[in-house]
Amino acid sequence: MIYADNAATTKLSQTALNAMLPYLTEGYGNPSSLHSVGQAAAEALQSAREDVAACLNASPREILFTSGGSEADNQAILSAARIGERKGKKHIISTAFEHHAVLHTLQKLQKQGFEVELLPVGSVGTVIAEQVRAAIREDTCLVTVMFANNEIGSILPIAEIGAVCREKGVLFHTDAVQAAGHLPIDVQAQNIDMLSLSAHKFHGPKGVGALYVKTGIPVTPLIEGGAQERGKRAGTENVPAIVGMAAALKEAVANLGETAKKMTALRDQLIAGLAKIPHSALNGDPVNRLPGNVNFCFEGIEGESLLLLLDAKGICASSGSACTSGSLDPSHVLLAIGRPHEVAHGSLRLSLCEANTQEEIDYILTETPKIVERLRSLSPVWHDLMNGKRQFIL
Amino acid sequence: MALYTETVMDHFMNPRNVGEMENPDGVGEVGNAKCGDIMKMYLKIENNVITDVKFETFGCGSAIASSSVATEMIKGKTVEEALAVTNKQVVEALGGLPAHKLHCSVLAEESIKSAVKDYYDKNGIEYDHSLFPDCESCEACRMV
Repeated sequence: MIYADNAATTKLSQTALNAMLPYLTEGYGNPSSLHSVGQAAAEALQSAREDVAACLNASPREILFTSGGSEADNQAILSAARIGERKGKKHIISTAFEHHAVLHTLQKLQKQGFEVELLPVGSVGTVIAEQVRAAIREDTCLVTVMFANNEIGSILPIAEIGAVCREKGVLFHTDAVQAAGHLPIDVQAQNIDMLSLSAHKFHGPKGVGALYVKTGIPVTPLIEGGAQERGKRAGTENVPAIVGMAAALKEAVANLGETAKKMTALRDQLIAGLAKIPHSALNGDPVNRLPGNVNFCFEGIEGESLLLLLDAKGICASSGSACTSGSLDPSHVLLAIGRPHEVAHGSLRLSLCEANTQEEIDYILTETPKIVERLRSLSPVWHDLMNGKRQFIL
Repeated sequence: MALYTETVMDHFMNPRNVGEMENPDGVGEVGNAKCGDIMKMYLKIENNVITDVKFETFGCGSAIASSSVATEMIKGKTVEEALAVTNKQVVEALGGLPAHKLHCSVLAEESIKSAVKDYYDKNGIEYDHSLFPDCESCEACRMV
């Protein structure tokens, strides 16, 4: 089995598992308990906070543990909105291809009277700092722009966007769920006020994430209750998961350069190989691109059937077709970069990790063209394209 | 549990009666590429009996499986019997479909009807137009 869906989730690393095991067994204390069993858990929590902070060049007090990337995104955006509201500022800037954790939170705020401006991302799928500068108004309370796109892999100019926000005095949040553990992050150098991350995207456990919030920015709790996380996130801390996340992030960041180099080489082979399929196109920024992300559209076929046939050949991948989303519309990301519906339905995302091998890449490149050809052979759309009844888009 | 039943996977992996047909007596095409599903059904009809049937489908696994099983259900049947095939029967023949995939079975039923309508039109055969709602106004795929 070849796992090439690491943007969906990753395998728990041995390092993370080893770090977690003691807290799933003997180290079961509640960090809020005064006794020694509880205090051992509290120390583990503090140590994890220090490790996560160090990986981002933040201070431990700026790290808030959450249930994952979605919660972190929700909390960052709602907190910034509450701050803005108090000053009469209700304009928020974001992009058209954010994750739904961001977009749906923004939609909720729209219903509460906020004005949300989604910047277009162009055919490459990115925004530039000048677009953000041009959009900032007197009443802008937040700019939220993802660090890297989860579907098409584009890496955005976060440091530059952060610098514009800092200059204009506007809060800047970035959803770094796909970037953490994969790209260098320095919240100070990159002018980031708030940042979300999720452990299971870098070989940590599921159900845990973190929100970095720069000192001095008041955070609104989403969950009311005890005084955990300094009153910003109630509920007994998921100690084993948090410890696992810290171990995984520390390991990923320590090997970041080496891993990126290996994955980029494999990724570029995949891109070059798949580009040979006629009437196909790469989605996303060809240069500023996540090391493991490959995303293509193949004209005349539909993505879910492509995934099923790949799976039958032992290849795990994903697609932005409507059928895989359970809705009638294909991926909003592919639509945002201007792919028409009929082409967006035929998308394939392969996302690699450091465990993928040369042999696996060769196998994917042998099987995928055959599968695309097979699906095209039974597609009336493909036949119409071939006999000129329909115009090729790609 | 897997997304699809064994029967769906069998029809998807080994589709029956797939391909284009030379000189069909009736052709029907339903769905649209924008929604991600197009089914095309070709019929060969002799003495009111469907002697051969072929399909082509652009769509997901259940769309391909629905059209494949539908061709088996109507081959050798009279035109009237083919018109009586419902999307429910297609779903039953497949051993079930996930709720959000039921529209694929609707498309299968409609592709048969659309092909028969084409046959009637080409041969000047009178029919009850209310039996053939057009795809654009039907909205069945948006309702299921």
